[in-house]
Amino acid sequence: MAKELDKVEVVTVGVGWTGGIVAAELTKQGINVVGLERGQDRSTENFQHIHDEYRYAIRYGLMQDLSKETITFRNNRDERALPMRQLGSFLLGEGVGGAGVHWNGMTWRFLPYDLEIKTMTDEKYGENKLGEDYTLQDWGISYDELEPYFYKFEEMAGISGDGDSMPLSAPRNKPYPTPAMKETPITQRFKDAANNLDLHPFHIPSGNLSEAYENPDGQTIAQCQYCGFCERFGCEYGAKSSPNVTVIPTAQETGNFDLRTHANVTEVMYDGNRATGVKYVDLQTGEEFIQPADIVVLTSYVMNNVRLLLNSNIGTPYDPETRSGVIGKNYCYQIQPGATGFFEDEKFNTYMGAGALGAAVDDYNGDNFDHADLDFIHGGVLNVTQTGQRPINSNVVPNDTPNWGQEFKSQSIKYFHRTLSIGCEGASMPHRNNYLSLDPDYKDAFGYPLLRLTYDYTEQDRNLHDYIAEKAVGIMEEMGADRVEKSEMTDHYNIVPYQTTHNTGGVIMGDDPETSAVNNYSQMWDVDNLFVIGASAFAHNGGYNPTGTVGALAYRATEGIMQFREEDGQLVQGKKNSKVTKNA
Amino acid sequence: MADEKNDKQQSEISRRKFIKNTGYVAGGAIGGGILGSILGTNFLDGNQQQTAPESTDEANNFNRALMYFTRQEDFDVLSAATERIFPEDDNGPGAIELGVPFFIDHQLAGGYGNNDREYMQGPFYPGSDFQGYQTRLKRRDVFDVGIQAIQRESQNEFNASFLDLEGEQQDEILQKFQDDEVDMKGVTPTTFFELLRSATIEGAYSDPLYGGNGNMQGWVMKEYPGNYMSYIDEMEEEEFIEKEPKALRSHMSS
Repeated sequence: MAKELDKVEVVTVGVGWTGGIVAAELTKQGINVVGLERGQDRSTENFQHIHDEYRYAIRYGLMQDLSKETITFRNNRDERALPMRQLGSFLLGEGVGGAGVHWNGMTWRFLPYDLEIKTMTDEKYGENKLGEDYTLQDWGISYDELEPYFYKFEEMAGISGDGDSMPLSAPRNKPYPTPAMKETPITQRFKDAANNLDLHPFHIPSGNLSEAYENPDGQTIAQCQYCGFCERFGCEYGAKSSPNVTVIPTAQETGNFDLRTHANVTEVMYDGNRATGVKYVDLQTGEEFIQPADIVVLTSYVMNNVRLLLNSNIGTPYDPETRSGVIGKNYCYQIQPGATGFFEDEKFNTYMGAGALGAAVDDYNGDNFDHADLDFIHGGVLNVTQTGQRPINSNVVPNDTPNWGQEFKSQSIKYFHRTLSIGCEGASMPHRNNYLSLDPDYKDAFGYPLLRLTYDYTEQDRNLHDYIAEKAVGIMEEMGADRVEKSEMTDHYNIVPYQTTHNTGGVIMGDDPETSAVNNYSQMWDVDNLFVIGASAFAHNGGYNPTGTVGALAYRATEGIMQFREEDGQLVQGKKNSKVTKNA
Repeated sequence: MADEKNDKQQSEISRRKFIKNTGYVAGGAIGGGILGSILGTNFLDGNQQQTAPESTDEANNFNRALMYFTRQEDFDVLSAATERIFPEDDNGPGAIELGVPFFIDHQLAGGYGNNDREYMQGPFYPGSDFQGYQTRLKRRDVFDVGIQAIQRESQNEFNASFLDLEGEQQDEILQKFQDDEVDMKGVTPTTFFELLRSATIEGAYSDPLYGGNGNMQGWVMKEYPGNYMSYIDEMEEEEFIEKEPKALRSHMSS
């Protein structure tokens, strides 16, 4: 029997970037917020012994404990979904700060094209360029409306960049809060090659800070030391912007934030009209609690936001047969065209670096190039990064080398400092057959169904991959590599090798309650006092890392939550079938 | 005091000479390019004698015992297999000298071997090539049945223990596992092989605190400096910068 606690104003499920932003913004206004986090508390002190590739990068020391909960996966609806028994393709976070602890820090704004992709694609290339199976739709908000929130996130996080050098990226009203990171021989080489090819190279906007910075909330983020341990690691300096050094202390300093760790939320309590609170298990005692709240905010990762709604019977699950329903719809991943260059006579200091240290071009991203004669839309940001190569994970050898034995050993040693790669966050368009739903067979440690991922590459993905990979090859050849190898896509999406943690969709935003789950304040169309924030709101996945856009949506949502406290009801007039709307 | 210091320096210099003259280090020959990196790590430790410092280490290294395996032969087969995956060569030591078999044994005894942080609830089905690890066996069990299968396959193919085969014959056996051409119960041969392969590489290159990467020789071969607190003053350098490797031990305050 769950114990019912005293009602609070706002409860959030998950305390990472989005939960932290909600907590900071609301508590500063004097609103009481309870943050429920299933993992442990942690701060910069927890990362003093973080330089351990095996513990953190290979055995996933900071990641989700899959023995309690995982997802199941199948390539298509005719297959039996099976559990992702160990982490692979993507790395789910756990603990205070969430994935904001072990991100690399690359911080982008999605393009204006992304937010109105359906309208702009139809206008320029005619309707149905991709065919009817692609469920492309606008986000219900324009870039101009979202721009101030992008800046709010960047200003809070102290992002380092040079906006003047980015003519093809999303336009900015203000410069980045801190200057771009250091130029290195590797970034310079990429830029020289790109310039020779008449492209527009620039430094990647970074959450690893180029200099010490105090943000508007009075939190200090230290200067990055380029130690080479960002991805999959926390920062021992507090120099990587994370919720733990920014929004969470801001919330805690108000005295209005109640952070409860080891609190695993299993259900959103729902009376058919409003969310009344959440049910959670205290993982240290096994006790079950119900936390009533005026406003419930789902701020966990994509997967868990979707799963909680489905397990709580909130909203209509997406059905790929009838294409009706919205929860679980438009799941997207990313594809990664690229090229690797082998240099016989040069060695690079690839063991040094920082997670977001790199150079990029946007010339093949969004609609920055003409797609009229191409069989795909969108593209991605092509980049070279210097994140810090480590010896277990980095054993790049020419394609014709075996992956064990004497030849492998000597080639992997030889090329450890003699390869550079151009990568790409390739945009992913939604397809009717790629979606999230509940698994009929497998359960988590508490008896609730696991989330089931049904996903495979589409023709759009393959066409985009082949085109962009050729561009990567061209830049790498211009960089002077002796041998260049183009990336290849496998026959089907594979859950095993690490690819990217940029999962999106499932609780998508839009302007039509028939085809989207939340409005542009991340407020559910069906449940006025339930906000679902994060990359789960992306109607498709763009050609960048998602965190900047997630942050912008979170700041937008907090404004919505504050407005909702004043006005109640729906904050946005839906295109059709909307409930009664205050602003109508 | 001053004399003591002087003596120490003298003995270090003579050790350097010794290394330079013989090229003999830690039980194996190594190339000259690596020499610079080794100096100052193992050999600057004043407690060590000029003669084969490794052997002195070994005798006093109480960590070099079995936590998981119960039969010496199983451990020996594992050792031989890891050595074929990561053999001693001109670059430097192989898996055995790096301590990889002990690394694997110790890992199997703990959370890794017990799949503590993996989803191990049933039902279990084989799955497609794209769905990943699908066996009710834990990693430690996979190694058990895998090692037994290596011996069985060696008997079938060559009528001998894996331990008595020539290197190329051992490779043939291992290749059959990688190619899924062996009968195994409970787990696919490929799954076992990939686990063996990845664990071997992990043992060769992980921080020496885990028992592998002996004397940081895995890092030395790869010219990987382990971990330094900062490269901020070196980021812009054009030339490749070689550094003596540093292990996590240096982050302890006591």
